Amino acid sequence: MSEAPNPDTVLQLDSVRLSYDLRAGEANVVRGLDLTLRRGEALGLVGESGSGKSTIAYALVRYLGPHGRIAGGRILFEGRDIAAMSEAELRQIRGRRIAMVYQEPISSLNPVMTVGRQLTEVPRVHEALSVAAARGRAEAMLADVNFADPAAIMARYPHQLSGGQQQRIVIAMALISKPALLIMDEPTTGLDVTVEAAVLELVRQLVRRHNTALLFISHNLATVAGLCDRIAVLYGGEIVEEGPIRQVFANPRHPYTHGLLDSLPRLARNKHDMPLRSIEGHAPSLLARPKGCGFAPRCRHAETPRCTAAEVASTAVPGESEHRVRCVKAVELAPWRPLATAGAHDRAPHARVTLLSTEALAKQYVPAGGVFGRRGATVHALGGIDLVVNRGQTLAIVGESGCGKSTFARVVSGLDTASAGRVMLDGDEIAMLPVERRSAGIKRKLQMVFQNPESTLNPSHTVGHTIARAVRCLKGLSPRAARREAERLLEMVQLLPEILARKPAQLSGGQKQRVAIARALAGDPDVVVADEPVSSLDVSVQAAIINLLSELQAERDESLIFISHDLAMVRYLADHVAVMYLGRLAEFGPVDALFTPPYHPYTEALLSAVPQPDPDQRRARIILEGSLPSTSVTPKGCPFASRCPRKVGAVCEETPPPMQHGPGGHRIACHIPLPDLLRLQAAGPPTGTVFPPLAGSA
Amino acid sequence: MSKMAFDNMSEVAPPSGEQALRAAIGGLDVRGIAPARFGASPMTLTGLGIVLFWIVVALLAPLIAPYPPNATDALAVAHPTPSAAHWLGTDHLGRDILSRVLWGARRVLTVAPVAVLAAAIAGTLLGLCAGYYRGVIDFVVSRIADILLSFPVIILYMIVLAMFGSSALNIILVIAVTKAPIIGRIVRGLTLELRERDYVAAAKMRGETPLHIMLVEILPNARGPLIVDMCLRMGYTTITIGVLGFLGIGLPPPDPDWGGMVKDTYGLMSVWPHMSVIPCAAISSMVVGFNLLAIGLREDTGP
Repeated sequence: MSEAPNPDTVLQLDSVRLSYDLRAGEANVVRGLDLTLRRGEALGLVGESGSGKSTIAYALVRYLGPHGRIAGGRILFEGRDIAAMSEAELRQIRGRRIAMVYQEPISSLNPVMTVGRQLTEVPRVHEALSVAAARGRAEAMLADVNFADPAAIMARYPHQLSGGQQQRIVIAMALISKPALLIMDEPTTGLDVTVEAAVLELVRQLVRRHNTALLFISHNLATVAGLCDRIAVLYGGEIVEEGPIRQVFANPRHPYTHGLLDSLPRLARNKHDMPLRSIEGHAPSLLARPKGCGFAPRCRHAETPRCTAAEVASTAVPGESEHRVRCVKAVELAPWRPLATAGAHDRAPHARVTLLSTEALAKQYVPAGGVFGRRGATVHALGGIDLVVNRGQTLAIVGESGCGKSTFARVVSGLDTASAGRVMLDGDEIAMLPVERRSAGIKRKLQMVFQNPESTLNPSHTVGHTIARAVRCLKGLSPRAARREAERLLEMVQLLPEILARKPAQLSGGQKQRVAIARALAGDPDVVVADEPVSSLDVSVQAAIINLLSELQAERDESLIFISHDLAMVRYLADHVAVMYLGRLAEFGPVDALFTPPYHPYTEALLSAVPQPDPDQRRARIILEGSLPSTSVTPKGCPFASRCPRKVGAVCEETPPPMQHGPGGHRIACHIPLPDLLRLQAAGPPTGTVFPPLAGSA
Repeated sequence: MSKMAFDNMSEVAPPSGEQALRAAIGGLDVRGIAPARFGASPMTLTGLGIVLFWIVVALLAPLIAPYPPNATDALAVAHPTPSAAHWLGTDHLGRDILSRVLWGARRVLTVAPVAVLAAAIAGTLLGLCAGYYRGVIDFVVSRIADILLSFPVIILYMIVLAMFGSSALNIILVIAVTKAPIIGRIVRGLTLELRERDYVAAAKMRGETPLHIMLVEILPNARGPLIVDMCLRMGYTTITIGVLGFLGIGLPPPDPDWGGMVKDTYGLMSVWPHMSVIPCAAISSMVVGFNLLAIGLREDTGP
């Protein structure tokens, strides 16, 4: 904020305002942004969708599209005003001095050019290096991002690489010109937890080594906590809290930061020990921002007129001069503590009645033959899955992409049929019955909530039509009775009846998912299969939906099969957990047993990779080598053997692991005897483990 | 080159207003920005204006045409150029070109929409079934469409109309039959994509019949591209009808037909070009109108 030119300051934003011109008016996406980023510093910019975080990323390179503009303030990069630069000057800076990495690495790479050509083009264009020199630089850079054989990678095309490898290439491409500033906008969205952990670890090391300033944009407090030195929390286009990472996490002062922390599930707790609390209300419309504090309408501490009278200035927290917060009550608010026992969710003693069970469930996809009768390789999506779901309880299925968890959901729900094995629902065998052939009774008993809120509701139909139709089909009610029932269901998922007349385009992601839940509950099902129902929602909305699911379950006593890749969420919600790898069951057990040693080595790696919202937590991170093997080859031994850090020898690759039984129905498929596994895991992490340095320490 | 390098480097296409807006506004109430997305562009309005003009002309032809379409003016044969009595002149038989063009619109705008609508209904049903059931139905529909696309349809028209005679009904039938598999192919493509949506799975899970899923869950979401395609196809069909008329296998004489008007008079092009240029211009303007409307609608409704 000071004018003193500090040679270490890479980026300085002075009351920057960014806006988009809409036909409906001017949307002020970012209002009065002050930010400084020094050489070698990692700043995490955290905000939910609509907070303006991506717009900021684009504005830093003046890349706002035809409708966006820098409406005020100054963006100084190395002392030069971005707004005043010519296009030619900007081109000199973009890519060379400021590099960017976005989500979805595959869309960042040119599919018809080899990795090598794309990489070498950067120094050749920006620094006029010769082909040979650029090649040398590219190979060094690839070695830097942990590719064992850079020359081989250079000859590949992007589609020949896994998602994690692609993102590493993109990072290499960004850093190859040794930029002063690296902007990363949600770079790990869409990557698996273990891959995400590896990519973040790499970024941390590279940024330190190259002394690059990093602006890391994310919706996830936990990711930022492990990576950044400073954090800025963005709400409605304003920074509401900013400071050194440990000060902000130890002593968050803004109610919105409190809200974000309260809505994050933790690995250590579940719904019985620690409730999640979502943030009430919706993010403000950019066209009609409330007067005064932007967060006031959703803030549980808001007072009129104190909070709503005038713009709230950013002030330093007493005793922490670098920690600034934009709240009039920042000083008087009670210190933040993790929420304590909910009380409402006391563990009800459950008669263990099995409602749904699978036995040796298997699914193979045989690709259709081509013109000349050649068939592709058979994909083994599921192999020999034995699971049990009790009435009124939640079974969570976790694993990374390709582990077969969604296939399991599709087979159970009848959208696909099994190749072998059994699925018993309340005495009926349904594994081979596609949904079209299931009786009305079975359809009513088992319903599904889908992952993507954008495709779960028919955009042509109103909410009322969607829910009422489900009621009519599943319960056989008259149209008028179905309408009344739809209103009741909507109330149950905490939506107002006025939503009935709306179409999906007029709903937020969270609202769509609530409607989808109402639709699934229309026939009073006994089992609801929820396939990643919250993975594309904002953190605070996730908490609300998860709370809703667990409240509805407590009320209605239905069973829930909850498919997820988020272990913290699973820890929070589940009673039993199944961990899957490559279509096989690696581990199954009651939630408490699963989250304490002995674990399956894969569960251990997954757990170590989950980012936690605590910068001081020094946890070992197990970085899994290599990528997921192909599912078209049935491994002879343990499917995890190729990446297992605790592999004991050839037996792992040669012989299928035995299913070992522990107390409480706990099952682990591993060659290492459980007592040995327990001893090993108590002794410490396996070799190949990274201890992240404490954030903030140089 | 360096711009290209940047694109490569920055790893994203520049955000269009729309994209940036979505990124910025995310899950907010979208009603606020809806006006920015919907509403007709100048292109749509121009196309719609031209099309509406011809529709009004067709409806009012009996009222606004100065002469009966087939009435000859013996005096004008010698001086067929535009005059006070005949604003657009007369043809070689002394028939008023303005009146014939106005009446001609009537014929085009009855035959073309009926033919296109028939093709669309048949094609939509074929495409829905092919895309939803796949398998044999899909194979048959797709191969017929392949054959029709690789066959010079005009020859087919000539054979069929020569065999069964040229009448409005036969023209409608032959156009509908040849266009239906092509529309079917478009609908099939849309259906293949839409059938994988979660709302279709949800409909199956509550026990909807395939017919309900196709017509109520899938079809409404394919309507945008379908309407655009129908507009384009109206333009093409206008051309087809013109070509058939020009080849002498169009709508039977003596009633005015734009293509037929050109056929009758193109030999006199060097002497009296207005006789064939004016009906040509009528055809072109209608085609341009439908095309502008189609392109405009496509851009307005977005990808």
